[in-house]
Amino acid sequence: MSSQWEVVIGLEIHAQLAAKSKIFSGASSSYGGEPNTQACLVDLGYPGTLPVLNQKAIEMAIRFGLAVGAEISTRSIFARKNYFYPDLPKGYQISQLDLPIVVGGQMSILNNDGEERIIGITRAHLEEDAGKSIHEGFDDSSGIDLNRAGTPLLEIVSEPDISSASEAVAYMKKIHSIVRYLGICDGNMQEGSFRCDANVSIKPFSQDKLGTRTELKNLNSFKFVEKAIQHEVMRQIEVIEDGGEIIQETRLYDSDLDETRPMRSKEEANDYRYFPDPDLLPVIIDKDFINEIKDSLPELPSIKKERFIESYKLKSTDAEVLTTSKQLADFYEEVKKLTEIDAQIVANWLIGDYTAALNKDDLDIVDSKISASDLAGLLNKIADQTISGKIAKEVFDAMWKGEGSAEVIIEKKGLVQITDDSEIENIVNQVIENNPSQVKDYLEGKSQLLGYFVGQIMKETKGKANPQKVNEILKKKLI
Amino acid sequence: MPNSQIHNMTLVELKKALNEKNLSSREITETLLSRINDFDDSVNSFITMTSDQAIKEAMEADKKIANGDQTNLTGLPFAHKDLFCTKGTLTTCGSKMLHNFIPPYDATVVKKLKNAGVIMLGKTNMDEFAMGSSNETSYYGSVGNPWDLKLSPGGSSGGSAAAVAARLVPAATGTDTGGSIRQPAALTGITGIKPTYGRVSRYGMIAFASSLDQGGVFARSCEDAALILGEMAGLDELDSTSSAEKVPNYLESINHPIKDLKIGLVKQHFEEGLDEENKKNLLSAIDTLKSQGAEVIEIDLPNIGLSVPTYYVVASAECSSNLSRYDGVRFGHRTENYENLEEFYSKTRGEGFGAEVKRRIMTGTYVLSAGYYDAYYLKAQKVRQLISQDFKNAFEKVDVIAGPTTPSPAFELGAKMDDPIEMYLNDIFTIGANLGGFPAISVPCGFVNDLPVGLQLVGKHFGEESLFQCGHQFQQLTDWHKQTPEQFK
Repeated sequence: MSSQWEVVIGLEIHAQLAAKSKIFSGASSSYGGEPNTQACLVDLGYPGTLPVLNQKAIEMAIRFGLAVGAEISTRSIFARKNYFYPDLPKGYQISQLDLPIVVGGQMSILNNDGEERIIGITRAHLEEDAGKSIHEGFDDSSGIDLNRAGTPLLEIVSEPDISSASEAVAYMKKIHSIVRYLGICDGNMQEGSFRCDANVSIKPFSQDKLGTRTELKNLNSFKFVEKAIQHEVMRQIEVIEDGGEIIQETRLYDSDLDETRPMRSKEEANDYRYFPDPDLLPVIIDKDFINEIKDSLPELPSIKKERFIESYKLKSTDAEVLTTSKQLADFYEEVKKLTEIDAQIVANWLIGDYTAALNKDDLDIVDSKISASDLAGLLNKIADQTISGKIAKEVFDAMWKGEGSAEVIIEKKGLVQITDDSEIENIVNQVIENNPSQVKDYLEGKSQLLGYFVGQIMKETKGKANPQKVNEILKKKLI
Repeated sequence: MPNSQIHNMTLVELKKALNEKNLSSREITETLLSRINDFDDSVNSFITMTSDQAIKEAMEADKKIANGDQTNLTGLPFAHKDLFCTKGTLTTCGSKMLHNFIPPYDATVVKKLKNAGVIMLGKTNMDEFAMGSSNETSYYGSVGNPWDLKLSPGGSSGGSAAAVAARLVPAATGTDTGGSIRQPAALTGITGIKPTYGRVSRYGMIAFASSLDQGGVFARSCEDAALILGEMAGLDELDSTSSAEKVPNYLESINHPIKDLKIGLVKQHFEEGLDEENKKNLLSAIDTLKSQGAEVIEIDLPNIGLSVPTYYVVASAECSSNLSRYDGVRFGHRTENYENLEEFYSKTRGEGFGAEVKRRIMTGTYVLSAGYYDAYYLKAQKVRQLISQDFKNAFEKVDVIAGPTTPSPAFELGAKMDDPIEMYLNDIFTIGANLGGFPAISVPCGFVNDLPVGLQLVGKHFGEESLFQCGHQFQQLTDWHKQTPEQFK
């Protein structure tokens, strides 16, 4: 990427709120279901039906606003965004324009160099989702599934403070983590519960005025966000460096071809004719209600991270990883409570082997095969020197396969560590006897051969010898 | 009691006869159905008849009465404007767009009145999507005014008004966005009330302009209107704009004397547009109220002259959005031949909507467009606030504002169809109440050239009791409301 170009990105994240029913009707908002089985007359836009606001959606929006340090509007307005599309039943979407429920706020992220960056949040507003058009399987017509119509969304709009694709991903991940902490969105990106549009432009560093932006639509994975933005930035640079001009337009990212292509230009863009929805009263929010919600907020990731560093003396990067999800952080603290072992070792296990095992089986931590107390049981066996860290990995694998608790597996497989000095001494003597030439080389200065002897001893003991003791005794004997 | 008198009886009288078992609901229902059958070809007040269902329900009502299980309105005949959704019964809104629309649910008003016991005889004609002041925009043909079938009954609830005036049914629902209950009530010589915005649920009432629409009732007396409104009104969780304000017993307070009532006369009403004869009727009606001890005070509504243009901006804007759902995808009319999505939309809507509806959708789309929003929609909203404030200021001094319902009596069918502005000016006296959400009633107050005209009374928010009280006292002293068109006696 040519270094003279400054990249300016703003994200519009759509988080589907985890309310049981739709934002303006009582129909279920759960995912899946046969087409058009989760849409009531209000969702279908039947003549005479009227929207009634789901209070849960309001509460969830307030939770988000408070979590990002935003201002909660004590009076907000729903407006109609008018356009025609077959999966938009009423011919307008109920959204918020002039007076959104959440105004301002910010989010701190770490960029690639590990530096903190503050990304401003312009606003977050409530709106209803549209249905889905289905183009396959209907010959020359299209099918419409309105199950999703009326699903509550929180659209979170950032300031154009993001300066690279990786920062965009970091910001999106941070918001993803927050909404899950707050329990207001399940964050499921495959099902479209969490997705974003990106506004991308470039300008020379020396220039104040922003360049013309393009909007990339419907990016539903962190990987696509990164690739789509990277691709779009390269495209814009090429266009400008070839003497061309960026056209303000909406572009669609094609993940199969890894390219963006135009959807519609500014000229073709709809005039949405927003106006306040006369079917809904202004939303008036009481200060006491806001305070009540404030008191019920969980400990948020940034605060939890600081606490982890403070009370467990963890490395900052590890504290960051552990607090990304509330479940992981809770799991960590539960294990920590049940074991005497060093807090950093617990962290290493969770971030390392444990996470790797989860990823391998594509499991969420709540569905994990090893409970916090079982993991603590294993770590306690390291702490009391029953097994070495290395053997512990073998025990862990067996536990993951469901062979029992650490205790049972160690017993069954005879993995108890050999700590008896005389027993180790016997084996050391044997190894020295069997390898006279290596002993000679070692004594002549090839000190790296110590590892070879340790290896031989571990082989003899099937890894059960206490490594510190082996080292100690070997060094004593090899003089 | 002779069946030949049934059509001239009020609801209160019918209710008494039912309870005293002098009449059965079946007799009443069959009598009126046959009367509709005999007369409605000329009036065209009904779009759909629900005769079989009505007779069945009437028989059930008779059983209830026999067992003493009746509710407030058990067995009483009724009709609904074809804008209220009725489960299983065609609901057209006077439009080709909904020529095949059978709602799977009842509007809240329909449900409440059904629960109270009314027997629905059918669905009444109306201007298409309630847009019109003459009932001529209906896809189902214009309605004749029972006083002279060559004349318009007014609109948009022209079918309900004509049916009640022609003694085909004692009462019927209407809806009023800019005068659509009061204007036809005045032009057909009956009583019609538009309650406070939010008093009656809009759920299931097919929307024209959501911030102005309000359901109400036509009847031949204030007493009957009060009886029905008491059952229609009240909070509905399905309509966010419906009010939690308690519904008073209108029939109880209707007899209270009006000697302490302060009545305002609007200075501006006498400045222009009002027929001389009409003015005479109005002043004599005011004298009647004065004679009962009401105090009459002149009041000023300085911005009332802006109400018609304000209304046509706001109502058109809202309707352009409200009518977007008629796209042929899920219900209603769908075009047969189309090449692509755009053509599907334009042909479906082009074929389904009539000229007046199209005019208002275009006007509304224009006033909401980028670049025009501030100049039209936003400006109109501001003026609306001013007009509303004028009324509120006036209500500091008076309880009720009296005036004419319309500038002149009924006009000929076809007379104003080519001149929308002239047509719109028919609502000049009624629109203010909609813009401010105030309740208003029209009661017959005399004749001009042998045609009825109305006295309009506008009340404070949730001041329906004063309107009924005032109207009822007036009807105790006059018999304008008892006049019947010759051929429907």
